[in-house]
Amino acid sequence: MIKAILIFNNHGKPRLSKFYEHYSEDTEQQIIRETFHLVSKRDENVCNFLEGGMLIGGSDNKLIYRHYATLYFVFCVDSSESELGILDLIQVFVETLDKCFENVCELDLIFHVDKVHNILAEMVMGGMVLETNMNEIITQVDAQNKMEKSEAGIAGAPARAVSAVKNMNLPEIPRNINIGDISIKVPNLPSFK
Amino acid sequence: MPAVSKGDGMRGLAVFISDIRNCKSKEAEVKRINKELANIRSKFKGDKALDGYSKKKYVCKLLFIFLLGHDIDFGHMEAVNLLSSNKYTEKQIGYLFISVLVNSNSDLIRLINNAIKNDLSSRNPTFMNLSLHCIANVGSREMAEAFAAEIPHILVAGDTMDSVKQSAALCLLRLNRTSPDLVPMGEWTSRVVHLLNDQHLGVVTAATSLIATLAQKNPDEFKTSVSLAVARLSRIVTSASTDLQDYTYYFVPAPWLSVKLLRLLQCYPPPEDAAIRGRLTECLETILNKAQEPPKSKKIQHSNSKNAVLFEAISLIIHHDSEPTLLVRACNQLGQFLQHRETNLRYLALESMCTLASSEFSHEAVKTHIETVINALKTERDVSVRQRAVDLLYAMCDRSNAQQIVAEMLNYLENADYSIREEIVLKVAILAEKYAVDYTWYVDTILNLIRIAGDYVSEEVWYRVIQIVINRDDVQGYAAKTVFEALQAPACHENLLKVGGYILGEFGNLIAGDPRSSPLIQFNLLHSKFHLCSVPTRALLLSTYIKFINLFPEIKPTIQDVLRSDSQMKNADVELQQRAVEYLRLSCIASTDILATVLEEMPPFPERESSILAKLKKKKGPGKLPDIEEIRKEKNANINGGTEPVNASTNAKASPPPSSDLLGLGGSSTQNAAPPASTGGSLLVDVFSENNSTTPPGSVRPRRGRELLQVCLQNLGRMYVFFGNKTSTQFLNFSSAVLNVHTKPADPTVEGGAQLQQILNIECVTDFMEAPVLNIQFRYGGTLQNIAVKLPITLNKFFQPTEMTSQDFFQRWKQLSTPQQEVQKIFKAKHSMDTEVTKAKIIGFGVALLDQVDPNPTNYVGAGVIHTKTTQVGCLLRLEPNTQAQMYRLTLRTSRDTVSQRLCELLSDQF
Repeated sequence: MIKAILIFNNHGKPRLSKFYEHYSEDTEQQIIRETFHLVSKRDENVCNFLEGGMLIGGSDNKLIYRHYATLYFVFCVDSSESELGILDLIQVFVETLDKCFENVCELDLIFHVDKVHNILAEMVMGGMVLETNMNEIITQVDAQNKMEKSEAGIAGAPARAVSAVKNMNLPEIPRNINIGDISIKVPNLPSFK
Repeated sequence: MPAVSKGDGMRGLAVFISDIRNCKSKEAEVKRINKELANIRSKFKGDKALDGYSKKKYVCKLLFIFLLGHDIDFGHMEAVNLLSSNKYTEKQIGYLFISVLVNSNSDLIRLINNAIKNDLSSRNPTFMNLSLHCIANVGSREMAEAFAAEIPHILVAGDTMDSVKQSAALCLLRLNRTSPDLVPMGEWTSRVVHLLNDQHLGVVTAATSLIATLAQKNPDEFKTSVSLAVARLSRIVTSASTDLQDYTYYFVPAPWLSVKLLRLLQCYPPPEDAAIRGRLTECLETILNKAQEPPKSKKIQHSNSKNAVLFEAISLIIHHDSEPTLLVRACNQLGQFLQHRETNLRYLALESMCTLASSEFSHEAVKTHIETVINALKTERDVSVRQRAVDLLYAMCDRSNAQQIVAEMLNYLENADYSIREEIVLKVAILAEKYAVDYTWYVDTILNLIRIAGDYVSEEVWYRVIQIVINRDDVQGYAAKTVFEALQAPACHENLLKVGGYILGEFGNLIAGDPRSSPLIQFNLLHSKFHLCSVPTRALLLSTYIKFINLFPEIKPTIQDVLRSDSQMKNADVELQQRAVEYLRLSCIASTDILATVLEEMPPFPERESSILAKLKKKKGPGKLPDIEEIRKEKNANINGGTEPVNASTNAKASPPPSSDLLGLGGSSTQNAAPPASTGGSLLVDVFSENNSTTPPGSVRPRRGRELLQVCLQNLGRMYVFFGNKTSTQFLNFSSAVLNVHTKPADPTVEGGAQLQQILNIECVTDFMEAPVLNIQFRYGGTLQNIAVKLPITLNKFFQPTEMTSQDFFQRWKQLSTPQQEVQKIFKAKHSMDTEVTKAKIIGFGVALLDQVDPNPTNYVGAGVIHTKTTQVGCLLRLEPNTQAQMYRLTLRTSRDTVSQRLCELLSDQF
């Protein structure tokens, strides 16, 4: 079973956290910190598995992770999951995000939290793998978007118009907002090529 | 076209997020967040109805704030309202909020359940999926109660959409995990098994996960799944890579499904039906063959998914453990991986080989890879991989290669990562003992171990070496010689000093003939390190010294001088002071015969399972650990034996308390390390009786052998107290009394050496905080002595356990809801959080332990009534352990606030 899915950047800022077991909010934050601590100190080219931290269940659990440019994708799983299978699942997740966002980067995860959660929900449910077929996942996501658009078309029109106007006047659209120490745009992730 | 277009981002959200990210300090961030929270709160509270877009924007903001680690304490109601919207967008964002932010104990579950019920019966697949996801994410017991019966119907109904079937299967799996008792088996189970034949591979994958989990508890119910799984697997494995279209991942057909099917088959023994069995063997062979084929793609994903299936197939082969040819092929395959350039594969190969090593068919085959594994230990850059290599070496060790493996592990230990040192130490200690042909090798190994990694050598390890040396006389001389030599090092680890002190104290005489290790040299060597060690080690060394007095009478004056010195006699530590005083007196007074009896060589220890093994098991995972129990019992025995808190307080005066019994000395040293032989007790009375003049009667403190509180069911209790006169003179005018306790007056005279029994009848008048004090008075040698002893009577002794049903419990729990009636305490566990021990402690506390009351099965719930003369006080308690954090939360509700308070204090002390 997958206990938790965490995404954080190279500085340990959480970008997505999804827990499939209940922990208190404080514990969740501790788990994120502990996991970041464990994962971030590892070199590149070492293996993608390590024993879980104490908080998330100790030696029966594994952390399986991949590091893409500025982001770590970490799955905390118990012994009933295949390590390589989960590694592939992370790849499918990232490739799906990449297709949905067109060259996904860290900012997409920040500004579209809801979408990322939806995509993840199409793949993993209650800690179990729901769907692994990328086309199927994208079909579902597309269908949702269509529904959203059609609803927005009727009821949301005024709000969207206002938003569009505001966007026009906005000299810096989100993608170019000054975000300090973080690189703004990740060019194409090397692992997709 | 991308599925999410970039332009439709929410501007308010974007601005908020970039504000946060531009904050220079944590304070600024908190300030900005609080401002935003206030804004959202006012928007939610405002009269203006929000449109879907705004609601979504605010919920996204809340999610972002939550992700940063801030509490969100509002918005739940708005989210619940969104669930009943007819619009997909609103419903979806409501469900998202709930699955991220609502925990299973929320009061809102009932409202959420209503919304889910509507969506489940809507027949709109999108809505059904949303609601199933929500159930699976929250997974609370209340949800299980509401939906566990309905979901199987959705799952097997013919007209259910595929995507809904997938969700229903996993939803059911989740409920089975959280509330297994609520998921009924039934006629649907056979129909679920047939989902393995479904057209849609996504459905098959979800169903396989479900069946694999259910089959672990009800293997018979799902037996038929074996043949279907084999058939399905066979079709996948033999299919061309294009047959399965979208489920082919980088030229590997349906890798996830294959993995799941192989996992499912690991729930069962090899199929009995020869045809099925043959077909499965064929599958496994095909998978092994494919591993040798050239890759169809250079991409890492291709080899990853291919190997995922391969490793799972190997796990199944190892699980069946019945086909020697397959086992050996698996072993060879893993051997190839051991030298693969992919670190992941080396890691997994080492891990799988560990399980393979325990099979009789392949143990020898695994052993052929020893050099590769040792090499991995030396050259791997990744600590996770090295850890696996250590595990594998441990698993493949037997008599033939033990010396080599232990030597390599010791070698590695010198530079090993700190995180795994203790585990390696335990493994070396176990292997050295298990495969020792020659015990001199064993002794050398352990001493080396202490030299290399002394800090990581736990007590169990050095206890064990002493046990073995004591029990085997062929190795004693060698051990004495070796520790003596090891102690020559200018800096040696304290653990070595402990082992050395103990062994020389027992067997120093065996090497005393050599002028290089004469008694005086031995003593000086030990004593030169005395001042550098901790109190327990010094206490042990003092025992060594008294043993030396027995072994080597010629150095008695030297040792007596040391014992007599101010640094011993007036040591601030009571234990050291006491030992010094007692040992000095013992050496002055006792005859050689008595000394020889008291300080006799330790008798052999009873043979038992190594406590090191228990320790390793504990480190590696939960399990029943008899030895740990034993250690705990020993500790208790020590506490009962002598140094009770009461006693300690009576003799904590500045004057040296030459107290009664040697056995009590075990209090702070360990059982194994306390050399005084048990025959000493009775002699000591004589030893001290010659010395009346300087002995203040601290030694006559009542030694409370055992208190028996017999009656607990009522507000009446009875207690027996024994007083023993350890001197030879009479105590006159003896009396003992407790306020408000009926005592039968004791006999006023206690003869020397006699014991007196007194019965206390105790009645609980009202609830109380302080334990009653027993005042003992007597006249000894002309002076009046006063001793106050706290009796171990606490409020919980007046409990009567009460059994009740879950419904009753919660009804009463709710009745006791005023703030004064509840006392809650959150505290760190002081002992290991063992379920059985905790249960025993709760029952021992006096309440009834109620099963299946708390929705969370790891919590403990208890109920009881405290009887006092005037009233009865009902008490409910709940203990929630958090093993991750090693914390407990204890909640007590009683009808009286002082009782809640007191019971909470008493009980929280126990864990």
